Amino acid sequence: MTDVIDTLVGIAPGSKLDAIRAQRSEARKHAQASYASLFEPKDSGSVTADERHAIAAFVAGLHGEPKTGSFYAAKLPASLGAAVAAEVAAAKSKGPYGHFPKGPLSAEDAPGPTWKVSDAGRKTLGPRLAAAFEHTHMLVFHPRDASAPSLQSLLDAGWSTTDIVTISQLVSFLSYQIRVVAGLSTLASTL
Amino acid sequence: MSTKATEKTLTPPPHTEPVVFTRDMLDWLPWLEPMAEADMTERHLTSLVDAARVKSPYFRLLARDPDVLEARTRTDKDIFYNPEAGLPRAERELAAAATSRLNGCIYCASVHARFAATYSKRVDDVQRLLDEGVDAKLDERWEAIVAASVALTTIPMTFGKEHVERLRKVGLDDAAIADLIGAASFFNWANRLMLSLGVPATQG
Repeated sequence: MTDVIDTLVGIAPGSKLDAIRAQRSEARKHAQASYASLFEPKDSGSVTADERHAIAAFVAGLHGEPKTGSFYAAKLPASLGAAVAAEVAAAKSKGPYGHFPKGPLSAEDAPGPTWKVSDAGRKTLGPRLAAAFEHTHMLVFHPRDASAPSLQSLLDAGWSTTDIVTISQLVSFLSYQIRVVAGLSTLASTL
Repeated sequence: MSTKATEKTLTPPPHTEPVVFTRDMLDWLPWLEPMAEADMTERHLTSLVDAARVKSPYFRLLARDPDVLEARTRTDKDIFYNPEAGLPRAERELAAAATSRLNGCIYCASVHARFAATYSKRVDDVQRLLDEGVDAKLDERWEAIVAASVALTTIPMTFGKEHVERLRKVGLDDAAIADLIGAASFFNWANRLMLSLGVPATQG
């Protein structure tokens, strides 16, 4: 299949950026393999394709990177897509914020909201996906506020430990992919 | 529907959490159960890429989804270890350390600040980044690299043509700028796993 990062940045074969990415051919290949393992897994386990794409569309929407946002949003059924868009609009913030362990770094604490899914969103998303979205918002905007209780909320909502590893990788991979797309798009505009 | 009982997070054993950014070696204690070595199949083991990582609770936890772990690790290794052209290793590590400093990942920052100091021999500059944060006075080249890493890490992202121009002025070519984008972006991946699945602890 086509390379998602190349597609989103608009890297044409034979272009300058194509040659630059070719110098890191393993990173290029395995960034794509990371995408494939998260969105076209051999065994999707107990995290469904819709759940994976909904979380990805939410992460991309929160970053406001338009190309990646449309890419994942386009993979959702209409009602789920509308619910994700509504939550993105309500959840947008600025990051990174959060607390440091108590001590000298407390002077750098930048407190911010712990976001909750709307009542309407919870109805459409269901309790599992609503819990995943709340965790995702923390991972995107204030990852240093992470704690064992935030993982327990996911377990309590019905996700398994292995599901949480997959979801954490998915949000974290998106945090990489979105920045590479934004960064390389900016670089391309100067070539 | 699964009939399995709800799983529980782990309570780490008594430990001391580091309260400053440091170049010291740290431990990392998981909040979720890593795989037991005895339960790992050939697929889980190969997903570690480096066999020695079977001793690491972090990698045994991530091995629960082996395909993404293996792809993540091979992406990481090429971004940081590929010696061909591009940004010098020390400055890829600087971008990783700066990103980790901003996001607040004390564990990741410790590892990559050590690497940045080792490869650059600029121990004082690296320590100043850890102590004072991403606005620390370094030199124009390092400040340009740190500023670009910050602009890629904040949300909204502010990385723009002015960052590219500043990097070119201090001597980075297009391949080096692409490496910087790869390194800072990758640590937005790594920081979120390390910060959210467990806690750092001082050694000894």
